Amino acid sequence: MGQEQKVKFYQKGTYTVGNRLLNVKERSVQASMDRSNSLTCGHRACQGCGEALGARYAIDAAMRASRNQVIAVNATGCLEVFTTPYPETSWQMPWLHSLFGNAAAVATGVAAAMRVKGRTEVRTIAQGGDGGTTDIGFGCLSGMFERNDDVLYICYDNEGYMNTGVQRSSATPPTARTATTPVVGPEPGNVFGTGKNMPMLAMAHKIPYVATANVAALHDLEAKVTKAMHIKGARYIHIFVPCPLGWGSKPEETIHVARLAIKCGIFPLFEAEYGKVTSTVPIREQIPVDDYLKIQKRFSHLFKKGREEREKIAAIQAMADENIEYFNLLNKEGGS
Amino acid sequence: MLKQIEGSQAVAETIGLCRPEVICAYPITPQTHIVEGLGALVRKGTITNCEYINVESEFAALSVAIGASAGGARSYTATASQGLLFMAEAVYNASGLGLPIVMTIGNRAIGAPINIWNDHSDSMSMRDSGWIQLYAETNQEAMDLHIQAFRIAEEVGCPVMVCMDGFILTHAYERVDLPRQEQVDAFLPPYEPMQVLDPSDPVSIGAMVGPEAFAEVRYLAHYKQMRALERIPEISAEFRDRFGRDSGGLVHTYKTEDADTIVVALGSVNGTIKDVVDEMRLDGKTIGSLSICSFRPFPLERLREVLSPAKQIIVIEKNLAVGMGGILSANIRMALRGLVQPVTTCIAGLGGRPITKKSLHEMFEKTMADEIEDTHFLDLDWEIIRRELDREKADRRSGPIAENILKDIGKRLEE
Repeated sequence: MGQEQKVKFYQKGTYTVGNRLLNVKERSVQASMDRSNSLTCGHRACQGCGEALGARYAIDAAMRASRNQVIAVNATGCLEVFTTPYPETSWQMPWLHSLFGNAAAVATGVAAAMRVKGRTEVRTIAQGGDGGTTDIGFGCLSGMFERNDDVLYICYDNEGYMNTGVQRSSATPPTARTATTPVVGPEPGNVFGTGKNMPMLAMAHKIPYVATANVAALHDLEAKVTKAMHIKGARYIHIFVPCPLGWGSKPEETIHVARLAIKCGIFPLFEAEYGKVTSTVPIREQIPVDDYLKIQKRFSHLFKKGREEREKIAAIQAMADENIEYFNLLNKEGGS
Repeated sequence: MLKQIEGSQAVAETIGLCRPEVICAYPITPQTHIVEGLGALVRKGTITNCEYINVESEFAALSVAIGASAGGARSYTATASQGLLFMAEAVYNASGLGLPIVMTIGNRAIGAPINIWNDHSDSMSMRDSGWIQLYAETNQEAMDLHIQAFRIAEEVGCPVMVCMDGFILTHAYERVDLPRQEQVDAFLPPYEPMQVLDPSDPVSIGAMVGPEAFAEVRYLAHYKQMRALERIPEISAEFRDRFGRDSGGLVHTYKTEDADTIVVALGSVNGTIKDVVDEMRLDGKTIGSLSICSFRPFPLERLREVLSPAKQIIVIEKNLAVGMGGILSANIRMALRGLVQPVTTCIAGLGGRPITKKSLHEMFEKTMADEIEDTHFLDLDWEIIRRELDREKADRRSGPIAENILKDIGKRLEE
């Protein structure tokens, strides 16, 4: 919860506060009996799916912030497929799926319709995976940002095309094994020096609000969604959501994996307004990236016995260190 | 009100009278003047309660319209040529979702080679996308078809393309009769959606459908168009009652009752064809013509009724189904299945080549004398084609075709 956190009872090794230690008002939306449960049970996500968690956390928070006046537009992808196999739907709110690459534009249209119909209380959210955001949907997303349309876009980043069977996207990290970056040849896995930093690209549009969030930091995630819901104009939240199937991590360790991504610095948590970083979530004890990488099979080729790829691991460590330095994450006061 | 204005401006003003609520604009020649005109009308306050959105691509233009329409707003956009292809995925999506968007096509060729001039390759490529396609013969009809298009789209729950020939109509200044707002309001009631995104009554739109129900959903799209086949002439008749002129409907016939030869075409070329029919009638030829307004749904029965008494059908096509011939003539043959009349395909006007009365006259005469091959390419420059074919035969690296041909034409002018 960054600066807004007044309590100092942290979970081990983090600045995360246990929900039960908070007074009732400050507890998470998820802990509330009256949460909207907008993405309800019965959907067909894999065990331990980070995206299903992320979407439920985000949308429940958005529903509370807007008194349930939310319309969601969904890009094609896992989230779309596992929530709405006809004739069933897990969405307890108005929901529209059009195409893979146009969620931001469709949401612009929905928001325009609400405005012209005088339904100013209704807020529009567009959501998609990293492929639908950083690759095929990037044009429409950039257009929505540039026009400052009144849409909150949420990207659930699991670092690849998981719905089609784990292929590389421009959000796939270097060395990661995917079906299109197999562990063969002189440069196994995804190559270094590629990929997009979508939150920074969003910031470059100088939109009112950009934030990164992580399923392992529930309070922070909910606070950011809540804040975004009270801002007009184009907003972007990039949520880190592990994919046990694609990453080769244990389903029961989704939150653990996500938390290690924060602790090692590879996924920095921050907020930005009009292109300027306004807050960061500090790291209490930095851990080496090895701890994060080792528990995922997509990186297992880096850790073969006797043939550890120390240079490559060091290069990933350098990426984490760079994040930590850029966002000043070891400063426990937070801020930038 | 009578006005002497450009076709695009006339269409823009007519769209304004239809009280659109969301307009998505992206420039592409020759449609651009329409969205420019609408932008000015919204800014001036002539069109009220309307969101005019400048988007970043045609794909976004139709996507925004999809969201707006699902949100319950009357939505409009316009495009042409490459723009229509760029939005192709959304074209199918809009009809699949049953959203009554109206879109103007300023008909233009598709590249390569890049060409901004008129033919029907663009809208023809989307003929099976599930959209209703209406083709305008004149600027007056283009205007009138838009008013009818919103009515048809919203009644049936199916998007409508109004196709008007690029430049020939979009940029032509003609006298048109602009309807009054009260007339349009009386004809076109406010949009009541069949499905809408509303937090007070949440629905999921666009969910995945498997083999167990996909065919049924697709059949219902076909059923809608079959219903439109009935409603299009009725709505056109109602339009005539209110506005006092014939516009729209399934087909327009011209001197077909006693005709041995009937010429079939889409769009503005029908004006030229009618002139040729008149000329040939003076020579005692029993010829008539038929202009198809509703290409989708395709009026099989009505066409059979009009065409079957004739001995010979000539189809003038502003498109080319490469490797096959003509798209419209293939559809006409479907209407005449089981009958013996010859249907001659004539590919004409590609990439804006003028279709002259002289060439048509000659082509019709030759067809009637059975002196023409099927498929015929009107005014094709065989000498230039032979030069290019010879060049390709002689030299493996013969170079870019378009450049070669243009050079040949230049050389010939010098010779």
